[in-house]
Amino acid sequence: MKDTPLSNCERDFLLKAIEEKKRLDGRQTYDYRKMKITFGTDYGCCFVDLGKTRVMAQVSCELVAPKESRPNEGIMFFNIELSPMASPAFEQGRQSELSVKLNRQLERCLRNSKCIDTESLCVVSGEKVWQIRVDVHLLNHDGNLMDAASIAAITALCHFRRPDVGIQGDEVTVYSPEERDPIPLSIYHMPISVSFSFFQQGTYLLVDPCEREERVMDGLLMIAMNKHREICSIQSSGGIMLLKEQVMRCSKIASVKVSEITELLNKALVNDKKARKEGGRCGFAESLPQERITALKMEETSVEMTDATERAKDIVQKADARPQKVPSPVVPVPGVGQVGQGLQNTWGLEEDEDDEEEAEECDSGEEQEEAVTKMEEERHEKEASGEGDVVEISDSEEEDVVILHPAMPDKALKNTATSSRQKGAAASKKRQKK
Amino acid sequence: MWIKAKKEGDTSVLAAAYGPAEVKVSKEIYDRATLEVLIQPKVGLPSVRERSQEQCVRETCEASLLLSLHPRSSLTLILQLIHNDGSILSCFLNAACMALMDAGLPMSCLFCGVTCAINADGQIITDPTAVQEKESRAVMTFAIDSTKRRVMMSSTKGSFSVHELQQCIAVSQEASEKIFQFYRDSVSRRYSKTL
Repeated sequence: MKDTPLSNCERDFLLKAIEEKKRLDGRQTYDYRKMKITFGTDYGCCFVDLGKTRVMAQVSCELVAPKESRPNEGIMFFNIELSPMASPAFEQGRQSELSVKLNRQLERCLRNSKCIDTESLCVVSGEKVWQIRVDVHLLNHDGNLMDAASIAAITALCHFRRPDVGIQGDEVTVYSPEERDPIPLSIYHMPISVSFSFFQQGTYLLVDPCEREERVMDGLLMIAMNKHREICSIQSSGGIMLLKEQVMRCSKIASVKVSEITELLNKALVNDKKARKEGGRCGFAESLPQERITALKMEETSVEMTDATERAKDIVQKADARPQKVPSPVVPVPGVGQVGQGLQNTWGLEEDEDDEEEAEECDSGEEQEEAVTKMEEERHEKEASGEGDVVEISDSEEEDVVILHPAMPDKALKNTATSSRQKGAAASKKRQKK
Repeated sequence: MWIKAKKEGDTSVLAAAYGPAEVKVSKEIYDRATLEVLIQPKVGLPSVRERSQEQCVRETCEASLLLSLHPRSSLTLILQLIHNDGSILSCFLNAACMALMDAGLPMSCLFCGVTCAINADGQIITDPTAVQEKESRAVMTFAIDSTKRRVMMSSTKGSFSVHELQQCIAVSQEASEKIFQFYRDSVSRRYSKTL
């Protein structure tokens, strides 16, 4: 499925708002969205919510033969899955550019920084080592996937417990979780990536861009740092030219953010440990109640109100004067016409009127009516715009249409005698037909 | 896009339904919508097991969706496994039905999935956990429709007699009543808030 392209007016609106230091959701320039970290039932399963961006990470382990070049080191394997659930643009199985980029960045952030002690993963040197596999599934894409993925990955690694192994001479025993408590991985430090998006060739900067902001950004700077203020990885993409001061400033902001996030992470781990010790049910199923089917709450977004009253006054002054009120006019409803003295005739064309009258006359076979109609005729004739021509009704259903001449009243009187006979004949003919 | 989370005991599944949307020319069907079901396991890439589960879910959905109302369109259903503690196929089916229903896709009937296991003693257990499934002689999953309580799809593993099969179907039909009642409750709760 193709993603809907961003419209020009949306793009302009976003860029203009950023120039005025305003963001769509009301955040400040350096604010992160609301972050929530929860854990699943089994060890090594972690969910991270960054605003609406949702990511799930699962760590698993397996005994395999080590690499030839490193016989006493364990193997770390990272995989970020761009699930089609996250966005209609993501396709299953397709190695898109974004997927390659995210995978590479996560590897550099976690593997190259040596945050996990791989030597402790060795069981039998040269024969059996633990392979730790981290699968990150993107569940919803609302911007800043890299940050969410890195937080989920490192949290899951901290949460994970691998089976205990006993070595007696040549025998190696792998104990199941029921036999012996599984042991955590040895982690030196926790690298967390912070993303900065740049707009207007590096003039404006935003931390934690949401999906819309990501679409209009010029470039992205990703800094992976740990709480000891050591930069683990730094990457600038998009082709923006950054000054040295800008990069230094970004790294300072990143160190502040990373310490905040690390604190949240540790708190979440402690809470989970407590919950498991107490024996309470834990896991994704239990964290669901916060998002119960019954609860549909949208978070309050603050609206910028400072210059609203002034703007409103401006608009009212500049607006046009109100249109004059007219005494309630008679509005003709469709299907209703008005005819009468003094008012405008809304019955339709006079021509058709006369013809209709004449047609009706042919139908009636009574002289009384004839007299009445004749009088009406004269009246209509006065109203008519001097048309004395005879018009034949072509779509009339009756045959033998007799047309009286309304122009001369004297003649009309004379003609009545003849016409009545003719009319009578016509009427009788019609009756015979019927 | 609609996401539904379904859990049975500890088994949890997240479902998302997209559509009707544009379809690739290679996959389009001239008079019907093309339904695609994707099952994502927790660890690793989808393998043959996921493909066979996708097939079961897809056939059930195709039987109940009114596909001819959206020709040359695609409907995508993504099922993400969160935690597997037994009865996974019926959890997929239930999540799929709720996601399709929530997305407002036209269906002729709703369906639900029920798993039965026959243990060594010959007892029938519904919604077995992973441990119970392992110890049982046979495991069966049925998809039951909401209008006439008939079996839409069945997937079985293990050995059992014809009589046992009939019993399991009867038990599943009884159990489906509860599940449909749950559907009704959750939908009425959800829409009482939004409407």
